[in-house]
Amino acid sequence: MNDVTTQSRRKFLKKAALGSAFAGGAFSLPVLTHSEELGFPENLPESMRVPGADFSNYGQPSEHEQGVIRWISANPAAPGNGVSWTPLHDLQGTITPNGLHYERHHNGVPEIDPAKHILLIDGMVDKPLSFDVKSLMRYPMVSRTCFIECGGNSNSGWRSNPIQSKVGYAHGLVSNAEWSGVPLKLLLKEAGIRPDAKWVIAEGADGSSLNISIPLEKLLDDAILALYQNGERIRPENGYPMRLVLPGWEGILNVKWLRQLRLTDQPAMSRDETSQYTELMPDGTARQFTFINEAKSLITSPSLGMMLPDNPGVYQISGLAWSGRGKITRVEISADGGDTWVDAELQGPVLDKAFTRFCLPWKWQGEYAILQSRSTDETGYVQPDRETLIKNRGKHGFFHYNAIVSWEITEEGDINHVYGYDF
Amino acid sequence: MSTAMTSNLIISIALLIFSSLCHADIVYQPLGKPAADISKQSEWNLTISPDGKNLPEGTGNAAQGAKIFALQCAACHGPEGVGGSADPVIGEVGSLASEYPEKTVNSYWPYATTLFDYIRRAMPIDRPFSLSADEVYALSAYILSQDGIIDAELDLTEKNLPQVTMPNRDGFISIYPD
Repeated sequence: MNDVTTQSRRKFLKKAALGSAFAGGAFSLPVLTHSEELGFPENLPESMRVPGADFSNYGQPSEHEQGVIRWISANPAAPGNGVSWTPLHDLQGTITPNGLHYERHHNGVPEIDPAKHILLIDGMVDKPLSFDVKSLMRYPMVSRTCFIECGGNSNSGWRSNPIQSKVGYAHGLVSNAEWSGVPLKLLLKEAGIRPDAKWVIAEGADGSSLNISIPLEKLLDDAILALYQNGERIRPENGYPMRLVLPGWEGILNVKWLRQLRLTDQPAMSRDETSQYTELMPDGTARQFTFINEAKSLITSPSLGMMLPDNPGVYQISGLAWSGRGKITRVEISADGGDTWVDAELQGPVLDKAFTRFCLPWKWQGEYAILQSRSTDETGYVQPDRETLIKNRGKHGFFHYNAIVSWEITEEGDINHVYGYDF
Repeated sequence: MSTAMTSNLIISIALLIFSSLCHADIVYQPLGKPAADISKQSEWNLTISPDGKNLPEGTGNAAQGAKIFALQCAACHGPEGVGGSADPVIGEVGSLASEYPEKTVNSYWPYATTLFDYIRRAMPIDRPFSLSADEVYALSAYILSQDGIIDAELDLTEKNLPQVTMPNRDGFISIYPD
């Protein structure tokens, strides 16, 4: 520390001397003060005694936060086919930073030159139209904070044994951002919607040319052709230069790298609306076009991977709730596996189809506990427990798992993922 | 700025706000470019619907498809279309209501047209759009014939592919609108 003090003083003297030389002697030498005489500077943190780092063109997280990352699960034989999970356990508030927004790619992140990219709107329209990025930038834009959740999020919940992964790495195929762009209804109306049009086939410009059918009604409602994500242009892995954002509807429909919207009277029955993103029921039939992500919630702290250091101690239970049907109206917390419930505080503003942060202080006195959260949305829909979800859907649905998540707190303060009391 | 210019500006702003209030419309300049020509091009007509619209002309059979499968698909999907790192495509027809259901192309997919659509646009995963139409018909014929959905001797074409009835054709229940 003293070395640094000495070095900086030497640098300062050298600069002062040069200054003096260039100013032809008009610059007077500083009165030398021995900092040792002040008595305390060596007690100050180094950050207060030396100049800080230079400016940066694009800021990065602290080097001490390098463990806050998306967890990648991809197919080793096809590394562009997989997901990366948002570390919900490491985040606070409701906005997911752009570098941590979850990813689902079917064949990697395409490199797209915005100057060469167009969006074509055709099919059952009066006049097919193409839009380049430059033109779209001149349209009136709206901004909408909403979650996007993969239909396959939390699918480990269908397994017989509870997965022992941190909450984000089991439930983090959901993120929340402010998306800005052009209301799709403007562009569709410009092309002229024919009365027999009912569906829109959206197609992406990636290596899987992902195509999927969306009801026209949703695109005329609150859908956005998003160009910006949390204020900056959309990241390549989230659809640069443009993507669909359909608030409250499952991730696969929010087509990234959007190149075409074709209006039709029938769905295309593409791979991702038949083979995938459909839910097999116990009788062998499958639910199809299950677009809406229903109400869900998770306690992000305390959660697996953390522990309770003090006994007794006060802990701030904190978590996230969201619903594709509207606003979250209530989140309840149980510490006894669902026998009794207490209302948590909802942090405002509570937004439609967006993450809502809830919190509740909890005094723990070393007892065995099972922490759970249960959300209710403005339609009155209540998040189901796992038993109810499985009773209604069986175990092979794979998609749209939204059951209550349970954290077991042991007497030692360790935290495990369980499916409820192990009767 | 002169007084006249200022008042002109105020009037034009007022008109703009007035007109937008009057019609409850958003004021903007439509900038879409006419695209009737682009719309007709093959590369903008990739999606193949269950009625077969957009299927390209071509023909292929199971024997040809077996050879292509071994070269292009088996590495990920397994030599017999099961057991690889990628989803199984063959077998398990009738398993969906059992305790251990398997969703293969032949057991689960409701339309054969989807098979053509998906292979062409997304497979093989390292070279999408590298297969010819004949090759995709041949691969489809091979996969479908392995479970007896079509005759092993059939030449699959743009005409008869949409007529193939998949075993799980009626297995899907739309819950939209709910």
